[in-house]
Amino acid sequence: MATSTAGRATPAGRPTPAAGRPWTFATRELRFWLTDYRRVWRGSIISSVLGPVLYLTAMGAGLGTLVNRHAAASLGGVTYLAFISPGLLAATAMQTAFGEGMYPVLGSVRWVQNYFAAVASPLRPADVFRGHLMFVTLRLTMNCGIFLAVIAAFGAVRSPLAVLALPVAVLTGLAFAPGLMAWSVTRSRDTSFAVLMRFVMVPLFLFSGTFFPISQLPGWLQPVAYVTPLWHGVALCRSLALGTADLGGAAVHVGYLLVLALAGAAAAQRQYRKRLYE
Amino acid sequence: MPPLPEQVPVLPDPTAPDQPDVLVRARGLTKKFGDFTAVDGIDFGITRGEAFGFLGPNGAGKSSTMRMVGCVSPPTSGELVILGRDPVRAGPEIRARLGVVPQENTLDLELTVRENLLVYGRYFGLPRALIRERTTSLLEFVQLSDRAEDQVDPLSGGMKRRLVIARSLINDPEILLLDEPTTGLDPQARHIVWDRLFRLKQRGVTLILTTHYMDEAEQLCDRLVVMDGGRIVAEGSPRQLIEQYSTPEVLELRFDPGDHEQAAEKLAALPDAERQEVLADRVLIYTRDGDQALAAARALGIEPVTSLARRSTLEDVFLRLTGRQLGD
Repeated sequence: MATSTAGRATPAGRPTPAAGRPWTFATRELRFWLTDYRRVWRGSIISSVLGPVLYLTAMGAGLGTLVNRHAAASLGGVTYLAFISPGLLAATAMQTAFGEGMYPVLGSVRWVQNYFAAVASPLRPADVFRGHLMFVTLRLTMNCGIFLAVIAAFGAVRSPLAVLALPVAVLTGLAFAPGLMAWSVTRSRDTSFAVLMRFVMVPLFLFSGTFFPISQLPGWLQPVAYVTPLWHGVALCRSLALGTADLGGAAVHVGYLLVLALAGAAAAQRQYRKRLYE
Repeated sequence: MPPLPEQVPVLPDPTAPDQPDVLVRARGLTKKFGDFTAVDGIDFGITRGEAFGFLGPNGAGKSSTMRMVGCVSPPTSGELVILGRDPVRAGPEIRARLGVVPQENTLDLELTVRENLLVYGRYFGLPRALIRERTTSLLEFVQLSDRAEDQVDPLSGGMKRRLVIARSLINDPEILLLDEPTTGLDPQARHIVWDRLFRLKQRGVTLILTTHYMDEAEQLCDRLVVMDGGRIVAEGSPRQLIEQYSTPEVLELRFDPGDHEQAAEKLAALPDAERQEVLADRVLIYTRDGDQALAAARALGIEPVTSLARRSTLEDVFLRLTGRQLGD
């Protein structure tokens, strides 16, 4: 491999690389996404508010009136609205992660190719990944924060601990996002995305305890639900919103989500490097 | 007779280590993708202020070489030193001093012209005010000042290319890397791009470019290497290469498809023809004087449908070196 001779001092007026400050580079990539987001933020926020309002009206208030008459016991004695709201919060985090972790990443390598523009500058693939993940985290925080506020406005919060459901929801999103980004950055077409949505996201959405307790699932399916990341997010958000959380259970949920997030991030850094530094 | 003194080179050997004005130095540089060897142990050196070209057909290894020099593709083996540093260890520091015009524009089509420069300048950590100042002068330089607030999407191909050139200069780079700067542009747009690049060269910016257009290489390059199959097959200035590998003139003759082969056989008897190349659609006669060769051919009773006597170009050099045309 090449031998390194002493580098010359960077001439004045030229950018000085932020050596040893890895997050400085990532922040530069984050700023790209913020500039990009400025174009669409209004529409994006409107849909972030409309989504939960529609869901909570239809499911909580509409369907809920039927459920409350028959099944209140299996919901732990709370209204259906109070039961599903925190579940939907976690599910929204997952949906946001799918939305932000697939098409924008593929677009960045295939259509807009902004990732390639970025790595021609001092930014490295890992900086590009981290900066983009910072933006995804911001989007998760926005969407989940709005969702939580709507839940509170519907009067479906039973405990001050519900505030903690926000970071937990964001963490639920982060259990998905880096892995999805690692996958998407390797793709050259979007055909697999529809498959992932239909056969991964939708089943998780339906069967991870969002709409009904997983004790209602057939016995053989219950262990499957326990290993899905969404169930851990749903269960912890719900126990926080209803004030039934215990420390041990919470630690297991958080630990599980954290491990997935970190494993995804490790995979993403490897895949980003491979794709952008071929 | 005393022995001749050792020849003193006009230019220092740019592949030798520790030449202060050598900005890029490669020895045995190799890039493999699995079993495929894209760049096969090449040596070259690029000195400050020169315009250096990699000329070759698609798949010759030009772009792979450019990506290694751009520090976005680690070499498989060999030595590569850019601005005195190792691209694998000091990638960010080197890239801070490079400007890159990639083969594909990588512009954000939905952002405005100005925003594209802003976003890119921030990748380099440049302050907003400095980016604004440079944007004004760079857009003037590439003749896009009046489009500054427009979206990029509707701009013409030539305008987009000029915008990418402006973008690549936002960090005031010491070396500008251009990967096929005018591929896909119409002739007029190409000439505008060449003119801008020529001005940059006049200002002392070191240009490194790849191209499969021989006219582009002739227009812009002080020195170039001809690449084929991952190897460098010749090196020199355009004039040197033509002198070394071709004759001063070339006579191009076209025949009716049926007569083509037969005429080529007869032409072999032509005096003063150093070499002939039989292409699919014409026969090339390499000679000192094209008009004389044509007269000689007519004297042999050969009547081409059309004929053209012209000066040799790098296209002829490439044909001689590889037996193929650049466009193939």
